[in-house]
Amino acid sequence: MRKTIRLLTLAVAATATAGFAPSALADLTIGVSISLTGPTSALGIPTKNGIALWPKEIAGEKLNVIVLDDATDPTKGVQNTRKFISEDHVDVVVGSVTTPVAIAMADVCAEGKTPQLMLSPANLPPGKGEWSFRMPQSTAVMAIPIVEHWKKTGVKTVGFLGYSDGYGEAWLTDIKPLAEKAGIKLVDVERFARSDTSVTGQALKLVQANPDAILVVASGSGSAMPHKGLVERGYPKTKIYQTHGAATMDLIRVGGADVEGSFVSSGPAVVADKLPDSNASKALGMKYISEFEKANGKGSANQFGAHAFDVVVVLQKAVPLALKKGKPGTPEFRQALKDTFETMGRTPLSQGVLNWTATDHFGYTPETGVLLQVKGGDWAVVP
Amino acid sequence: MDLSIAGILALDGVTNGAVYALLALALVLVFAVTRVIFIPQGEFVAYGALTLAMLQLGKVPGTVWLLLALAAVAALLDVVDALKRGLPGAHVVRRLLRTLVAPVVVAALTWWAAPLKLHLLVQSALTLAIVTLLGPLVYRLAYQRLADATVLVLLIVSVGVHFAMTGLGLVFFGAEGFRNPGFWDARFSAGALAITGQTIFIFVASIALIVSLWLFFGRTLRGKALRATAVNRLGARLMGISTSGAGRLSFGLAAFIGALSGLLIGPTTTIFYDSGFLVGLKGFVAAIFGGLASYPAAALGAILVGILESFSSFYASAFKEVIVFTFILPVLLWRSFQHGHEDEEE
Repeated sequence: MRKTIRLLTLAVAATATAGFAPSALADLTIGVSISLTGPTSALGIPTKNGIALWPKEIAGEKLNVIVLDDATDPTKGVQNTRKFISEDHVDVVVGSVTTPVAIAMADVCAEGKTPQLMLSPANLPPGKGEWSFRMPQSTAVMAIPIVEHWKKTGVKTVGFLGYSDGYGEAWLTDIKPLAEKAGIKLVDVERFARSDTSVTGQALKLVQANPDAILVVASGSGSAMPHKGLVERGYPKTKIYQTHGAATMDLIRVGGADVEGSFVSSGPAVVADKLPDSNASKALGMKYISEFEKANGKGSANQFGAHAFDVVVVLQKAVPLALKKGKPGTPEFRQALKDTFETMGRTPLSQGVLNWTATDHFGYTPETGVLLQVKGGDWAVVP
Repeated sequence: MDLSIAGILALDGVTNGAVYALLALALVLVFAVTRVIFIPQGEFVAYGALTLAMLQLGKVPGTVWLLLALAAVAALLDVVDALKRGLPGAHVVRRLLRTLVAPVVVAALTWWAAPLKLHLLVQSALTLAIVTLLGPLVYRLAYQRLADATVLVLLIVSVGVHFAMTGLGLVFFGAEGFRNPGFWDARFSAGALAITGQTIFIFVASIALIVSLWLFFGRTLRGKALRATAVNRLGARLMGISTSGAGRLSFGLAAFIGALSGLLIGPTTTIFYDSGFLVGLKGFVAAIFGGLASYPAAALGAILVGILESFSSFYASAFKEVIVFTFILPVLLWRSFQHGHEDEEE
């Protein structure tokens, strides 16, 4: 009996080793590392709900998805990525939703020559991130509709109230040159943290500077507190702008009447039903919303689930092209996939129109962003 | 900066400081009685605010299941312990009842009341009951066996409890934050100052709690027993005071204060499952101000922390947290010059 068991173990071990041979791995394997716990779990959990809706196969290849939690920790993200590349021999790495984690993963992906689809708009220094592509829009693209609206409404001075982290910093560095080019002056920059209990000090200083508009940079339900803080200090609601991180129903749920009439920059997916038919993302966005809300309940669709949805759209276009040059599980296939990403041209997604090139791995076209206004507890598209 | 802005900032600082003061008092109390540096104090704040938020939505909050689970494990330990020591059956039953009755009653009440969406004050009372009962159970399960361990070991346990409670918070309440409705939506203006009903509510509740704690420690037998334990554990035990009972009581008080703080700040900001930690940490800075021993100094430190926070958020918002937590350095320096070096280990 014991002998049989030992033999069995051997056999299992042998098959496992044989499994590393490319021929046995005909499936398309995707390694997903996202933050399901820790401070940014609010982004990771809806992403996971989106991944749960992924199809069984893409371009005739069976889909094998491995989802790991990186706990909002760059070290854990790197560990997960190493496991994906050296043990699971994945064809694509997806993640993380958290900027610092995604940046840490990028190095490992470049080293292992495996394409990475980031779920965060992470800025990488030049020369890095050759294998990393972003699914979310860059903050620079999302700043365009806001600055355009400022230009249109004659805003001359702007205040900034943002997270004291990478997201706040990215917005500040991206919107400053855009605004200055339009002749708009940034008169006051204030910071706060998501866990702060009040923004009275910051709000007082901003209201005292009395800019024509204030940009609040925060995400999810954390975006309501600074907003309410400004309104409490008597700043008019209709002059407050929020970023795409805040474009979820949580802002309206927590903010209530205080966010009524305020503006939010957003990707097209969450408001697909309100977009004009000419918008390239409308059909995909509607499909995403109906699929996602069928599984997760009404009002649950947000941009994070949409990025997960878009990963499939990208792969559905790229995989058939890459399959001509190699089989999944081989270095040739991964190289082909990367090359295809860079050359496949304009791709409409639920979150905008993507156009990755060898030099631009953000790739969203400037018309991607949509400006929304809160009206009657819901979003309205600002034409 | 003119006078009216200074006034608004000071008011905001003192309001936040009042909540930090409550937490600082709880930390000093727990440390004095059990020598535990209670890092998870902030978690009770988040649990309090979010349990109420769940009740507002008409859902049974996850904390109820945690309460039942902890009570069941504690009851099991009680039985095992009693059997080992060969105690009579009646005694075992009595201990079981003591551990189980309150949690089960509160859980049943919540289960019945949650879908009814009762009045805010009723829900608040229920929230206080749920979270307060968690306190003694946390002590019973995580600390009681280690009551005689060193301060360092107890601190390490605290870190563990903190991580466990934060993780459970994510499971119970989800990753998104909630903002509770105010208890009193009135607004009064005094010059440039706009005083909201919630601010007054925070002050009144804080002062009431501090006064009742003072009465409790000064006038009641149980309070005096707690003080005795704080002064000398062995001596208190020789006088017939149960030190583990004192530990459970102090944790119950700490959980109550935490939950109350959560109810107080819930309407003024968005609370996430992990918001409590930073709030608790600021209470800790205040408690250090009092050397983890003096209640009035801790309360004073809390007000200072609150004011420092609001003024630094005006002058240098990017460095606010740095300024608040750097405040601990001069305090430590001053205390060590004043008192010289003492070996804390007993």
